[in-house]
Amino acid sequence: MKKIIFALFVLLAPVQVYAASGCGQLEHCDAADIDLANMESLQRGAKLFVNYCLSCHSASFMRYNRLGADLGINDDLLLENLMFVADFRKDPNGAPGKVGDLMKIAMDPEDAKGWFGTPAPDLSVIARSRGADWLYTYLRTFYPDPSRPFGVNNGAFKDVAMPHVLWELQGVTEPVFEQVIENGKPKVDDNGKPVMQLKEVRVVKAGSMTAPEYDNAMRDLVAYLVYMGEPAKLKRYSVGMWVLGYLVILFFFAYALKKEYWKDVH
Amino acid sequence: MTGKMQALLGWVDARFPLTKMWKEHLSEYYAPKNFNFWYFFGSLALLVLVNQILTGIFLTMHYKPDETLAFASVEYIMRDVDWGWLIRYLHSTGASAFFIVVYLHMYRGLIYGSYKKPRELIWIFGVLIYLALMAEAFMGYLLPWGQMSYWGAQVIVNLFSTIPFVGEELSVWIRGDYVIGDATLNRFFAFHVIALPLVLLGLVVAHILALHEVGSNNPDGVEIKKNKDANGIPVDGIPFHPYYTVKDIVGVVVFLIFFSLVVFFAPELGGWFLEKDNFIPANPLKTPEHIVPLWYFTPFYAMLRAVPPMFSSQFPGVIVMGAAIVVLFFLPWLDRSPVKSVRYRGPYFKGALVVFVISFIALGWLGTQPAEGIYTTFARIFTVLYFAFFLLMPWYTKADPTKPVPERVTFK
Repeated sequence: MKKIIFALFVLLAPVQVYAASGCGQLEHCDAADIDLANMESLQRGAKLFVNYCLSCHSASFMRYNRLGADLGINDDLLLENLMFVADFRKDPNGAPGKVGDLMKIAMDPEDAKGWFGTPAPDLSVIARSRGADWLYTYLRTFYPDPSRPFGVNNGAFKDVAMPHVLWELQGVTEPVFEQVIENGKPKVDDNGKPVMQLKEVRVVKAGSMTAPEYDNAMRDLVAYLVYMGEPAKLKRYSVGMWVLGYLVILFFFAYALKKEYWKDVH
Repeated sequence: MTGKMQALLGWVDARFPLTKMWKEHLSEYYAPKNFNFWYFFGSLALLVLVNQILTGIFLTMHYKPDETLAFASVEYIMRDVDWGWLIRYLHSTGASAFFIVVYLHMYRGLIYGSYKKPRELIWIFGVLIYLALMAEAFMGYLLPWGQMSYWGAQVIVNLFSTIPFVGEELSVWIRGDYVIGDATLNRFFAFHVIALPLVLLGLVVAHILALHEVGSNNPDGVEIKKNKDANGIPVDGIPFHPYYTVKDIVGVVVFLIFFSLVVFFAPELGGWFLEKDNFIPANPLKTPEHIVPLWYFTPFYAMLRAVPPMFSSQFPGVIVMGAAIVVLFFLPWLDRSPVKSVRYRGPYFKGALVVFVISFIALGWLGTQPAEGIYTTFARIFTVLYFAFFLLMPWYTKADPTKPVPERVTFK
């Protein structure tokens, strides 16, 4: 009987490639709830990105002036406020480069490997592999862990190599662990130690932002990362509406034509 | 037609059978007048083929088949090439759409017995097209050089290494290297953009020529050529053009509505059409946790993993997977029923068909899940049912009570 029920379950399983398997150490990711139509949010996200991410992480498929064109930032503002990365190998004087440049970084991957254990991944399409909710959770769940090289661990990505570069904004956090209950009893591992699950990471001492302000800032940053993952997304939906509108109108003409021709078929 | 145009046509016709071909394949190709919903998918498959070739040509103009440049060149197309994102999504969505329409087209053949005498060769050309399409899709999937491209290719090419005695050498010969690498990418590119499209086009021409030689089947499975009027035209036939051309235009528009919904609003389709992990550049040193092929291969992938290794070799699984395709070629001779269409068949065939469809879909879903525990058990059950549908066919189709087939086609 159990097998039959399972078979039915298999057949009725929702359309999903993998079963949702939590969010790193956490049970689920928090909803990022981003708004790509909000230009100011994307601009704030871009500011955070170039200030905090774009020195260890590159975005080497993205051009500065594409960002400028899509987010309404002109070339002068770009050069003045967003282009801090100088390529000293290209220009010994360290001039910031041209607005058409790709968002590359000066850090050598070999150096990065020595410093962090692994080079920081390129972030051009990170939102497409990780998803907005994961990124939003990841950026908000760093917590102190003295056993780690940089003194922090992460809720969405256990034992991550990255330090908490945004701690000045977020402040000091604290993890909340809970004992896992299985069949009504506390679950223990093979050594008889209780199995703990990370429930949440909460801010115990605010940084330069309050907790809601920090959440909003991370929402902006994730919105920017999603935009950067696919800049065409801003245009795709609106083009799609026109195409669909055209096809729906065409359908009525095509159907009328078919009906007219088929009148004499019996 | 003006006199000058008429004269030009006459000039061409004296040198090339233009009007003759137009008549033979369109204006005087008599198709049964009772085609239903299922008969849209042939013309749609042709439409998707043209879409793949056209978008493919434009992708080739900017794509770089080089392991250090491939991933970046795809992103270049997505960002810096005008409308490149649209061309790429038309191509990636087109690949899945191709399999959807081909699977529905094959299902049509199955329910109305379109593979039965005298249409065996049409079916065989069709299965060959399906095979070529699988090779085309598999090699194309390596080109974006993402994690799934890389590891999917690694898994599939490794299947060849399970063949006794020659396997290892064979897999190295296919890859051109000991692992999937630049040499593999280059040769897959060559196969994907020129060799296999040529084969596909040739087979499609053969498929259509064979069809037009014997004439189309229909939902009743009645041979319309048995019943002709004084002019030798089948009484239940109507010229393909204009009747089916105008009807197929309606089908094309409806198809394009669904197609555009995916292209513009959900090109990844939740990971079913573009996998998340394929947005991570290929990394030979980092194996992904789950290696899952795209959905159109998952039924066969599930069969491969369902078969237990023998003498610590996966070869039996490979055999089963291959046999799942090879068995399709024998379908015309496995079916012993005196009638073609499911409409006039009995409960045995109908029951077997339902079991087959459920098995195929269930295997497709199981292929996306980890191969362990209860999943493997079910994959084994459905693999057996898949083969039972074909291998027991000579008996259950023969014993199946049939209903009388009408003389003329009907409209339902």
